[in-house]
Amino acid sequence: MAEPANRDAVITVRGLVNGFDETIIHDHIDLDVYRGEVMGIVGGSGTGKSVLLRTIVGLNRQRAGHITVFGRDMAHLGGHELRELQTRWGVLFQEGALFSSQTVAENIQVPMREYTQMSQELMNEIASVKLSMVGLPEDTCRKHPSELSGGMKKRAGLARALALDPELLFLDEPTAGLDPISATQFDSLVCDLQKSLNLTVFMVTHDIDTLRATTDRIAVLVDKKIHIGTIDSLRHDPHPWIKEYFGGVRGRAALAS
Amino acid sequence: MAHTTSMDPARANGWFRVERAPRLFRLVIGGEWTVHEAPRLDFELRHLDPGDANRAEIDGSGIARMDSAGAWLLVRTKRILQEHGKTVEGPILPEIYGPLVHTVEHEHTAPPVTIPHRHTLHALLERVGHTTVHSLVRAYEMLGYLGRVTVETAEAFMMPRGNLRVAALIHQVEETGLNSLPIVGLLAFLIGIVLAYQGADQLKRFGAEIFTINLLGVGVLREIGGLLTAIILAGRSGSAFTAQIGTMRVNEEIDAMETIGLNTVDVLVLPRILGLVIALPLLTFYSDIMGLIGGAVMCYFDLGITIPAFLRQLHEAISMNTFLVGIIKAPVFAFVIGLVGCYEGLQVERNAASVGKLTTRSVVESIFLIIVLDAAFSIMFSILKI
Repeated sequence: MAEPANRDAVITVRGLVNGFDETIIHDHIDLDVYRGEVMGIVGGSGTGKSVLLRTIVGLNRQRAGHITVFGRDMAHLGGHELRELQTRWGVLFQEGALFSSQTVAENIQVPMREYTQMSQELMNEIASVKLSMVGLPEDTCRKHPSELSGGMKKRAGLARALALDPELLFLDEPTAGLDPISATQFDSLVCDLQKSLNLTVFMVTHDIDTLRATTDRIAVLVDKKIHIGTIDSLRHDPHPWIKEYFGGVRGRAALAS
Repeated sequence: MAHTTSMDPARANGWFRVERAPRLFRLVIGGEWTVHEAPRLDFELRHLDPGDANRAEIDGSGIARMDSAGAWLLVRTKRILQEHGKTVEGPILPEIYGPLVHTVEHEHTAPPVTIPHRHTLHALLERVGHTTVHSLVRAYEMLGYLGRVTVETAEAFMMPRGNLRVAALIHQVEETGLNSLPIVGLLAFLIGIVLAYQGADQLKRFGAEIFTINLLGVGVLREIGGLLTAIILAGRSGSAFTAQIGTMRVNEEIDAMETIGLNTVDVLVLPRILGLVIALPLLTFYSDIMGLIGGAVMCYFDLGITIPAFLRQLHEAISMNTFLVGIIKAPVFAFVIGLVGCYEGLQVERNAASVGKLTTRSVVESIFLIIVLDAAFSIMFSILKI
């Protein structure tokens, strides 16, 4: 883990305020995600982990604060610039969010077809490479999302998110609902890709094993604020929720190994 | 050593170069091997002449950037060379791309899947056969479902305290009946106007415009009132039944009910069907009246027939039977709409797309059945000479 000060920030969040009706979810939070790091976002249910992700990718409008991604202010991006930015990131949603009318192969090819001039043959090949990279069998290509299990949908969704080999990857609870072996494979996949592509990963997760295996830094959302640190520094954080999270039975077991 | 340069390294971002020695095929690659360069590289690499050397070497030390699309092209090229009987050394790559190429090479072992062509005659025949069998199976299943609902309905009436959910039933009457009043009333009124106008226009030529009222009375009471109301409710309530029950299916609510021990027919289906069976005849009556009012208004403005004259002529034109023939069909239509709506809702699979598909199907099927049944009623009444 290099010193953050001299690193290039891919995502910068400043003074972000989010809320629904009367409730405030994020109260002036600041966050930097640096190039090439894996940032894990944790927090109890309802602390706005997914809302934070959705706000950064522009699906949710913040009440106040600034967000820049790749140095561009998200609030002032025109259609064309935004489109260009969107080819540089990939988003994996909680349930995979595959297009239900298309086969898995067609799903993975959507971004390729939209943004490159690849031949159909090459797209088929690359779709099948992506599928094997995320650990799905070859015949998944021809299946429709409704024929897949929850875990398979998630992996197919990841394959689609990786279609254009983005620089920045957003993962919303990627290992939830996967069996432990698949989850471990997923962790090493993220590590491999991250090394090879110098990928920046913004990952919302509950899985403390994944946190330990993949993340460089962790941001904990508690009491509408954010606590950022490494796994080791956060273990000594005095906040009761964080203490419980890393010091509870599951946390201790995962961190001891 | 002979050189073949396939691309000019100075101009292209991603490039490769072939160097041919007597027994060595050397592929030197470099620049950006990324998804944006892939279309061009793909084309060139597909037409690579492997020559007859038995040894090949891939030198990728000049790679500036590589992603998985580039890695795949590299791995594919390596495999093509191997298929031509060469022993391939390398690829030599910058250290950071080692894991990526390793992943692509080792995870992806099967040949690429070709997506089958879907527009052949064989596929068409297959689809026709599949659809036919599927429709027959559905008809059979729906018949079975009709049986189940009939039995449950009978049970509900024999043991009214146990099975009939009165609150849910009243809610459905309100939802399907009371809340449909504005739309049914407005449309029936407008249809009455249209019918009277067209009738008057034609009958005027024979000087028989007073018979517009006969046309209107018989048309609205026997056919239009009931049919129109049933079709509106198939669109409004039948689709709502399918969507509501279907959404519950997607959320596993139906499964939860069954494990708790609730009978889904009692809880979900009966209140909806019976609610509609109560509401639709009432709505049909209302729609009849609104249709006649619309006709009367048109007769007044177009033909100058006053309201008392209209009523006198109407009284002569129609009998109680005319009205009853129309209204007797309403509970049957209601039962069909409710049955189809609920049945299709329960057929929803656990995905959101299925809700939309089955909602459409439910509306189409119930309107189809309503019109078929209406024709059957007409035939029956003509045989019975009513």
